[in-house]
Amino acid sequence: MAIISRGFRGKRDVDPRIPPGQYLERGFPVLSAGPTPRADLSTWTFSITAGGAPRASWTWSELTHLPHDDIVKDIHCVTKWSKLDSAWRGISLDTLLDGVEVAPEEQYAMAHCDGGYTTNVPLADLRGGKAWIAYQYDGAPLPPEHGGPARLLIPHLYFWKSAKWVRSLDLMTEDTWGFWERLGYHAYGDPWKEQRYWGD
Amino acid sequence: MDTLDTPSDNQLYALPWMVGTLVARTAETPTAMTLEIDVPGWRGALAGQHVDVRLTAEDGYSTQRSYSLASAGTMGLPGVPPDPAAHGSRIALTVQVVDGGEVSPYLTEDLQVGDQIELRGPVGHWFVWQPADPHPVQLIGGGSGLVPLMSMLRTRRLAGSRAPFRLVVSVRTPADAIYADELEALGGDVEITRVWTRRAPESWTGPVGRIDAALLEAACFPPDERAHVFVCGPTPFVEAVADTLVDLGHDPERIRTERFGPTGP
Repeated sequence: MAIISRGFRGKRDVDPRIPPGQYLERGFPVLSAGPTPRADLSTWTFSITAGGAPRASWTWSELTHLPHDDIVKDIHCVTKWSKLDSAWRGISLDTLLDGVEVAPEEQYAMAHCDGGYTTNVPLADLRGGKAWIAYQYDGAPLPPEHGGPARLLIPHLYFWKSAKWVRSLDLMTEDTWGFWERLGYHAYGDPWKEQRYWGD
Repeated sequence: MDTLDTPSDNQLYALPWMVGTLVARTAETPTAMTLEIDVPGWRGALAGQHVDVRLTAEDGYSTQRSYSLASAGTMGLPGVPPDPAAHGSRIALTVQVVDGGEVSPYLTEDLQVGDQIELRGPVGHWFVWQPADPHPVQLIGGGSGLVPLMSMLRTRRLAGSRAPFRLVVSVRTPADAIYADELEALGGDVEITRVWTRRAPESWTGPVGRIDAALLEAACFPPDERAHVFVCGPTPFVEAVADTLVDLGHDPERIRTERFGPTGP
């Protein structure tokens, strides 16, 4: 039984699209563990690897000339804010993974990013129109502090899974934990189940 | 990046909601209030960690926010056993009122001594300082970004650490300066550089304005001392400071940041 906060009413920006424990945010807060890295698009690549061995790689020009999706999604940060109807442009992970040989036992992926950030995601969550490499936000190039030039976008999981400054996805046969997952945050991160921290 | 070991059973580390009781309210500035809360069963925290606070209305509506701990309790301090009867179960939060906010006005104006509040934590194992670490520490805070840095300064004193600390703290005006007297008292032991962005005290002879590269270069440990750097504040402040530190030659891997609020207007 929750403790009642006497006299508390709240603002009640309630919307069925906002998961439990989240509040509506109209701005776009920035959460990052370190300085914003600097990218050189002339040498930038995005790669898919398996156990560190290369499977496929795209230059910036190659990636951004693939067929893109314009996506409008709600996003949910584990620090409690949710932002509705955020507009992105990106390449579906289906498009990128379709051209790559994936062994049946490779059921997991680790995103690796400039600055050293990592996060783990089951491969099933990257397929089926659920995840993108996003490079535009709100009709403009993705700003560096929001993960530009390109970030993962996995809106159905807490937003730390949508890794900023992503450079590669490593296919794995076991679910190894990434940066925040090793530092107390949930291995999967479903906002509708409030999977924020270890043990949730 | 160094991290904790992967626990085999993470239920051991689950963070249940706990019930705390407000034992003291102290106004730090006209818009910032320190809340001291007794939390029976609190297991301590590392300096720099935060807690989640949950408010629930009579009809069941509830909402949560995260607040940095201003004093962490005794986790990680050598020679301090986890004794629930000791002061280790008392935590402090300093809450800055957000105009039009949902939770901060309640915490700073409505919550009274003796009232109960739900919280869980500690959360966040990245923006933390370990008191056994002897390396130099550079703290840089903007506005209420000073709160988790204060937890590090207090933990350092409680632990008897001799790790060299320097602090750069930027606020708009003297009326916005939290912990002013306590920082003043630290002055002999911790090198503190004040930055006033709008208006300085009358006795101030230095410049008024935002932090720039020259100030950071003069005030901070030089890059070759390989200090741990903790930067906390509003997003534009942290972006500018962290970017400038990298320009000045600091290793990005030694700079840990905590940002709050959206990108600039």
